[in-house]
Amino acid sequence: MADAQSGRSLVVDAVTHRYPSGALAVENINLDIKGGEIIALLGPSGCGKTTLLRIIAGFIAQSQGRIIIGDDIVDALPPNRRAVGIVFQNYALFPHLTVTENVGYGLAARGIDKATRQREAQRLLELVQLPSMAERLPRQLSGGQQQRVALARALAIKPSILLLDEPFAALDKNLRLDMQIEVKRLQRVSGITTLIVTHDQEEALSMADRVAVLSHGKLEQFGSPSDVYDRPQTLFVNTFVGSSNRMPGVVVSADRTAAKVRLDAGAEIVARPAGGTLSEGGRVTVCIRPEHLQFVSDETGFAGVVGMSLPLGATVVHEVTTADGSGVKVSQARIGETRALENGAAVRLAPLAPSLANAFPATL
Amino acid sequence: MGTAPASRDVTSYGMGLAAPLALFFLVFFVAPLLQLLWLSLHNDTAGLHWGLGQYLHFLTDPFSLSVLGSTLLLGAEVTLVCLVLGFPIAWLYQRVGPRLQTIIILIVLLPLLTSVVVRTFAWIVILGRQGIINATLQSLGIIDTPLRLLYTQFGVVIALAQVQMPLMTLPLITALGRIDPNLDDASCSLGAGSWRTFFRIVLPLSLPGVIAGCTLTYAAAITAFITQSLIGGGQMLFMPMYLYQQASTLQNWPFASAISIIFLLAVLAVVSVFTTLGRLSRGYGGA
Ligand SMILES: Nc1ncnc2c1ncn2[C@@H]1O[C@H](COP(=O)(O)OP(=O)(O)O)[C@@H](O)[C@H]1O
Ligand SMILES: [Mg+2]
Repeated sequence: MADAQSGRSLVVDAVTHRYPSGALAVENINLDIKGGEIIALLGPSGCGKTTLLRIIAGFIAQSQGRIIIGDDIVDALPPNRRAVGIVFQNYALFPHLTVTENVGYGLAARGIDKATRQREAQRLLELVQLPSMAERLPRQLSGGQQQRVALARALAIKPSILLLDEPFAALDKNLRLDMQIEVKRLQRVSGITTLIVTHDQEEALSMADRVAVLSHGKLEQFGSPSDVYDRPQTLFVNTFVGSSNRMPGVVVSADRTAAKVRLDAGAEIVARPAGGTLSEGGRVTVCIRPEHLQFVSDETGFAGVVGMSLPLGATVVHEVTTADGSGVKVSQARIGETRALENGAAVRLAPLAPSLANAFPATL
Repeated sequence: MGTAPASRDVTSYGMGLAAPLALFFLVFFVAPLLQLLWLSLHNDTAGLHWGLGQYLHFLTDPFSLSVLGSTLLLGAEVTLVCLVLGFPIAWLYQRVGPRLQTIIILIVLLPLLTSVVVRTFAWIVILGRQGIINATLQSLGIIDTPLRLLYTQFGVVIALAQVQMPLMTLPLITALGRIDPNLDDASCSLGAGSWRTFFRIVLPLSLPGVIAGCTLTYAAAITAFITQSLIGGGQMLFMPMYLYQQASTLQNWPFASAISIIFLLAVLAVVSVFTTLGRLSRGYGGA
């Protein structure tokens, strides 16, 4: 399926959008997406993901900035001339048309004859593994099947960019995993530049080559899944992607690569200054993921008292209350016989490595 | 009986609850209808001789047939005008902000809040020889002598269309509102222009509303005694007035009854054509 349209690059250049109501939905977003990449647009509900998607598709004219597909600035083009394929969250299949007619709709709009349309629809239905459903109506299909049809319909116009708005949110967990694998497979086969909007961080991390994290209309970070997960640039990214313990503290000494922080919980630890340099004496928030904390037997870490322990299959999560009264979560891999921790046991905790604790300037 | 509690399910209660309404219909609708039928089957006004004479008279009398024909045609014209004018209003309603929506719905509903008689007299004022339209056209110098608007088919159609417009617009608004707005966007993103989107997506999906609106408007337009008579005046005769003359002025009750029955059957035929179209439209697509 190597056709000329596939795999064009997409540049979102300083795009800002304010709705007529005055709501600033996206603010100065810059994304440079290479042809054939699969990108996740990740952020909580209301952060402007759909708005950005609709701007790229051409349904909304942005207040400022440019959208560039391949070598073309497309801002003046209406949606029906942008060759952008969209899969809507609710699939938006045409309820009165059969599966074949749905898939062939875009081809009909291009004036392609019926026989060719049907042949092409059949080929795409085979691609999404639904060849036997051709004559059914959308309502006679399950959610997953409808989504496959929506995908086939979007792919039929050989789009240069494929946009998916929360495509898996309505599916149950097992089906979601199937469809995620399916979309990733189709994307690999077709090489279409793909943008997936999601509020599910696992989905973003597992599917995308790169993840753009949005919060309140601003781009917080744009990087590979491991960048975003392991080297978050902002406190928001650190806490939104994966779970994280937030521990307040004061900077004792700092340089560009390491900061010594005195935690309110009562220990001095070395952390990575994330998102800029830190000043001595300034208050910081240190983020440590539950799986990056370990129980230590010497005097290095901070003290705490074990509360609840939750066995979650491969890991056990302990809730520990620290000296300053805040709670932290510690996740321990279940390797053989894990040391049983009783409710109320006194323990000491320390990060596994300095690079696994991220210090951000405190905002409040 | 006590051994089969499952048989005393919800439906038996439902039937019981429907009894008052059923009784009401029986006494005030079915019974008069049967009486009408019985009356129409008499050849003389005294009701002594049975026969199909009244029906034969109607069906062989060119005048009666022309009244029936022009009434059915009037309904079709009014329905068409309402559809052509009402669809854009309903379409617009689904695409504007909430404030404009309130204004549109108010404009649509306003006619329902005023009496038909008042609305009809308003049209007389508008369409009359010295009415608003003629006065305006004359003062602009477009015409010298007043146009004949009142007491014409055109006048009746326009006035009826305005009077019956809500019956078309409301079902259309409902039907268009049920269409997922994403379908518009999906069609557009697949490369379709607005006209293709309208004819391939919006119109087919709004057909239930179109058919409901047409049925209501048609039935209301052909039976609209007041507007038909006041705007049509003496020159134009439609079935309701024809019927009224026969019954009230000429006291020819058997013939009036036959007219009613024939009118009823004609309306039922037209309505069932609409309903069949509706079923076909739902079938269109394979369901
Ligand atoms: N049509 C609109 N008019 C005004 N404000 C809107 C409109 N659509 C969205 N917004 C606002 O813009 C912000 C971003 O919305 P959206 O892009 O839908 O977020 P997301 O898809 O990430 O949930 C929200 O604060 C929302 O209230
Ligand atoms: Mg959204």
